[in-house]
Amino acid sequence: MGAQHDDLHDAADPHGRALRLGIGGPVGSGKTALVAALCRSLGPSMRLGVVTNDIYTTEDAEFLRRAGVLDPERILAVQTGCCPHTAIRDDIAANLDAVETLEERFGPLDLVIVESGGDNLTATFSRGLADRQIFVLDVSGGDKVPRKGGPGVTMADLLVVNKTDLAPLVGADLTVMSRDAAAVRDGRPVLFTSLREDRSAHSVAEWVTSLVNTWKHANAHDHERTTPTTAA
Amino acid sequence: MRQDIGDGRGDGMRDKPTGDAALLLLADSRLPAGGHAHSGGAEEAVRLGTITGPEDLARFLRGRLATAGLVTAALAAAACELATATADHPAGPYGQADGDGNPPDAGTGAGTGADPAHPWRRLDAEADARTASPAQREASRVQGRLLLRTARRIWPSTVLDTLARAVPEGAHHPIALGAAAASAGCDPYQAAMAAAYISVTGPATAAVRLLGLDPVTVHRLLADLAPALNDAAHAACASLIDDVVPNGPAQNGAIQNGATHDGIAQNSAIQNGAPANGAAAKARGSGWPALPGHTAPALDLLAEGHLNNPMKLFVS
Repeated sequence: MGAQHDDLHDAADPHGRALRLGIGGPVGSGKTALVAALCRSLGPSMRLGVVTNDIYTTEDAEFLRRAGVLDPERILAVQTGCCPHTAIRDDIAANLDAVETLEERFGPLDLVIVESGGDNLTATFSRGLADRQIFVLDVSGGDKVPRKGGPGVTMADLLVVNKTDLAPLVGADLTVMSRDAAAVRDGRPVLFTSLREDRSAHSVAEWVTSLVNTWKHANAHDHERTTPTTAA
Repeated sequence: MRQDIGDGRGDGMRDKPTGDAALLLLADSRLPAGGHAHSGGAEEAVRLGTITGPEDLARFLRGRLATAGLVTAALAAAACELATATADHPAGPYGQADGDGNPPDAGTGAGTGADPAHPWRRLDAEADARTASPAQREASRVQGRLLLRTARRIWPSTVLDTLARAVPEGAHHPIALGAAAASAGCDPYQAAMAAAYISVTGPATAAVRLLGLDPVTVHRLLADLAPALNDAAHAACASLIDDVVPNGPAQNGAIQNGATHDGIAQNSAIQNGAPANGAAAKARGSGWPALPGHTAPALDLLAEGHLNNPMKLFVS
């Protein structure tokens, strides 16, 4: 028999689909706030979809829906069976299914954000799920965290250090965090934010916009490109 | 015996008997197919206080294996058999009319008329009929869809493409598992074993995570279930074609040579409009209604309760 028409997206083939951006980080660091901020900033100019991976089912998805930053139908929640990192790294099937469901329902999209469940410093997104990833820390976790490293801190395409407004209150030295992060990140960018003060996450939104534009350009003009992985 | 059931695999989708290693891959909880997020009712049972420790868990697992486990094992075996038989001849006798006004090949030529998706829809309907709880049906379809997505990249085959097309919303998990098993090189017995094994390991792992049980104690429970797993896998294969057709020693060879040879013979008989004779005319798939249909009302209720629990960590 001849090959059937294959409607299955190959995760390794980025051609013609939205950029998939993973946002990970420890519990309470501001991942959901960042997703909401990006929806606020990018929503008017981009076609967006969001997948959340909550500890408890739909907590983050409901928060985003209530925030009114995006059509609620464009936000899907994935359950992770107590293991949020498994769902973004070792077994990404449910997340891929959610991403593709959004693309089928609302596509073409420019950007699909996959927010991981709150996890630890060793969590990182599989390249089969996310083309690029942001790792979110907050200063109240202590200014030693960047020094401790871990794949999220060292390998993420962008490290966001959130809640800078709390730095004086918790005795966190932003200079130390910046220096330590630079030392382990091999030149990859770090942005400091206070999402409480800047509800549109201006600097991060700019970085993401540039990423999406580059992605579109690469997909439109470079059909040879096959590996959507982080540049070294 | 295992040999009676399984060794026709040389006629299947692979020439070499790769089944044992493939079975390990397929049953491994590390298979990236979404299984880690399903508790098979264990999460709700924990919430209700039905499972509180190893003793409760052991009873839960034994009950699950004897009911839902056996049913999924039988469906997986049937799906594996179907996949193997149709791998090379998609319009084989499985594509025959089902009495619902869906005619088989109109007789225009081998393999050109019957829709190879049709028997898959029939078998999927058998799974549907054996799954009383809507929540369980949905969970099963989600798992089936994710497994198929994964299997099509690991063990690509026409059969898996056909199944995906036949049930676009997601075939039931045991159906996808059986088809994936065949594509991986497993025989029906191995497919049944994988299904039976997964039916207890998923809930066991969920209980470890939710209750913080000693993982070694829980694995001991699983080891104690090994004889029951063997029995379930064996019983699961009892309704397959190899047992439907009377198979004396003389016929064993014919069966082992294959499913596909039979398939061709029956297919041409059907195409010629002439019924084949005797037991051999019994179409593959005619035994599906007789597949085990054990119910587990408690599991059905747990699944429905779980669906309505807003604080759940698992999909099912």
